[in-house]
Amino acid sequence: MKYLLIEDNMDLAAAVGDRMRLDGHVVDHAPTLGDGADYLSVGDYDLILLDIMLPDGDGRRFLERHRAAQNDTPVIVLTARSEVSDRVGMLDLGADDYLTKPFDHAELQARCRAVLRRRAGASQTVIKRGTAILNPVASVLRIGDIEVSLRNRELRLLELFMNAPGQIFSKSKLVDRLFSYDDTVTENAIEVYVGRLRKHLEPSSVTISTHRGLGYRLDER
Amino acid sequence: MNARPRSLRRRLTLTLIGGAAVLAVLFYMVIRLYAQQIAQQSQDRILEASMTSLLDAAVVRDGQIELDVPYAAFAMLDTPADDRVFYAIYQDQTLLSGYVGLEGATAQTRQTPGFSTQAFAGAQVRVASVTQTLPANPRPVSLTISVAQTRDSLAGTLLRISINAAVFGAAFFLLAAGMALWTSASTLRPLRQIAESVARRGPSDLRPVTRTVPTELLPLVSSLNALMTRLNLSLTQSETFIAEAAHRVRTPLATVRSHAEVTLMRVDKDENRQALRAMIRAIDESSRAAGQLLDHAMVTFRRDQLEKQDIDLVAICSDIVDRLTPVADMMDLDLRLVDQGPVPVKADPILIQNAVRNLVDNALKYSTPDKVVRIAVARDPDPMITVTDQGVGFPGDQIDMLSQRFQRGNNVKDTVGSGLGLTIAQDVAEAHGGHLELKNLKGGGACAVLHLSY
Repeated sequence: MKYLLIEDNMDLAAAVGDRMRLDGHVVDHAPTLGDGADYLSVGDYDLILLDIMLPDGDGRRFLERHRAAQNDTPVIVLTARSEVSDRVGMLDLGADDYLTKPFDHAELQARCRAVLRRRAGASQTVIKRGTAILNPVASVLRIGDIEVSLRNRELRLLELFMNAPGQIFSKSKLVDRLFSYDDTVTENAIEVYVGRLRKHLEPSSVTISTHRGLGYRLDER
Repeated sequence: MNARPRSLRRRLTLTLIGGAAVLAVLFYMVIRLYAQQIAQQSQDRILEASMTSLLDAAVVRDGQIELDVPYAAFAMLDTPADDRVFYAIYQDQTLLSGYVGLEGATAQTRQTPGFSTQAFAGAQVRVASVTQTLPANPRPVSLTISVAQTRDSLAGTLLRISINAAVFGAAFFLLAAGMALWTSASTLRPLRQIAESVARRGPSDLRPVTRTVPTELLPLVSSLNALMTRLNLSLTQSETFIAEAAHRVRTPLATVRSHAEVTLMRVDKDENRQALRAMIRAIDESSRAAGQLLDHAMVTFRRDQLEKQDIDLVAICSDIVDRLTPVADMMDLDLRLVDQGPVPVKADPILIQNAVRNLVDNALKYSTPDKVVRIAVARDPDPMITVTDQGVGFPGDQIDMLSQRFQRGNNVKDTVGSGLGLTIAQDVAEAHGGHLELKNLKGGGACAVLHLSY
């Protein structure tokens, strides 16, 4: 997935970019509205992440121009403000969604997917491993003629494995990716989800193997 | 320091009534004393006249006093009360005629007869006495005449006058007491009116008092108004400050959080991961607190200037469900809206949104995966929004305490983190003439009902 991040806070932009690249996305960073417009004029993006308060203007004016120019690339607004009136205003101006800083990257990903899903056909990027085909946006796993709808945590877990075949993920890392850094979640919870995925993947040529003391890995049979 | 408060009104009333009572008693005593003196004087004058006529009737013959008692001397002492009359006539120390033992005051001349009141023959009598030396041979003789009269008639007169004086005194007292009550009430009425008009106000109504007041109350009212202005200013400032602070704190928090997440994904050492997790949790906690403070400041602000519009509760809840569905998805929770068609009400949409969002946030936060969070909108008997989850429910013994806590209202300091969300919902419900109901479902799970009114 290709993202355009328009955000004047360099630190935040770097962190967000790093985090998204770790998930396998491509991120271009524009520190001003002007830069953002330049990027847009030469590149195609799946999604725009837009900050509201920028040095060369208000993100909301950018949004207005963006929609007036019949550009239908979805926009998610990142804002430090959280008054509902602001939120409503941004949706009225044509933002597809908004997120209040500081945000959870899992939530950002979830919202991006939800927006892309709403805009049916915008992107049908799929991940293929063996006979298993995962469409993360639709949250559907296809194996031959069989289609399985995945719950969100199943999807996120499978996406991790399919994006990095052959890599061993420790339980502790998987917990961090699936749950919101919650104290009360034990690593055993991961076993439940891995069990479910194994069941879904049974008809396919891939499986998730256990490596005692290390974690789990996606293998091709 | 903790003296019992004293009632100004009671003090004023008691002082006035006490004054009236003293005046009434004084009035009674003066009248009675005066009447007594007048009556006594008139009795004395008659006794004196009677005595004089006896004196005039006395002649000395061969050194012996002869006195032919004139009838008129005693007739003039006749009274309606049939008072008894006594007399005694002495030549030198010898009783010539009259009653034994009737002794008058001593050393009196005709010009200044002596008067005294004494007991005689079983009654109180008034005695007038006079001694006159009559020329005679071989030596002058001394004639002493005492005339006494019982005091029955005098006492009757005095009693009548006393009763009248008492009646007048009592009437005066009652009138004065009534006036005292009225005066104290009307004097203190402006004070009470100000107190009532301030007490009637809502908790956040800090407009100055504009009522016209007596000049004595002006300093009180103007210092009250000054206090209100200062309070209002500091409230507004703190609201703005909270909102501003929440904004300022979010961007750096977002940066730290993103860095922490990226780092967490890269490090393997367990203790480093623990530290990073704790860091992210702390960030989430602060950002949640900042968000709720902001929400609360906004709710407090809008509650005073309620902008009621015609809105549909179902549409509002549907927006919230759309908005929060990605979050619920992430936790593998099902967020469902249950409704039977539009529920139109007059309400502040932003406040309602805020309240419902806080309730749903709570329900999501306390749910376990693969469960359902339900938002039901009903229109009977009152418009209400019910948010239920299938989590552990409210702590049974704390539900009442939680509600009590809301009753105490906008005590931000105490409620940050724990229950500010519910406080917001409660404030919003109350601003719309309703209330927030918290209960546990029989099958498990918490249920929060936002009751509104049409």
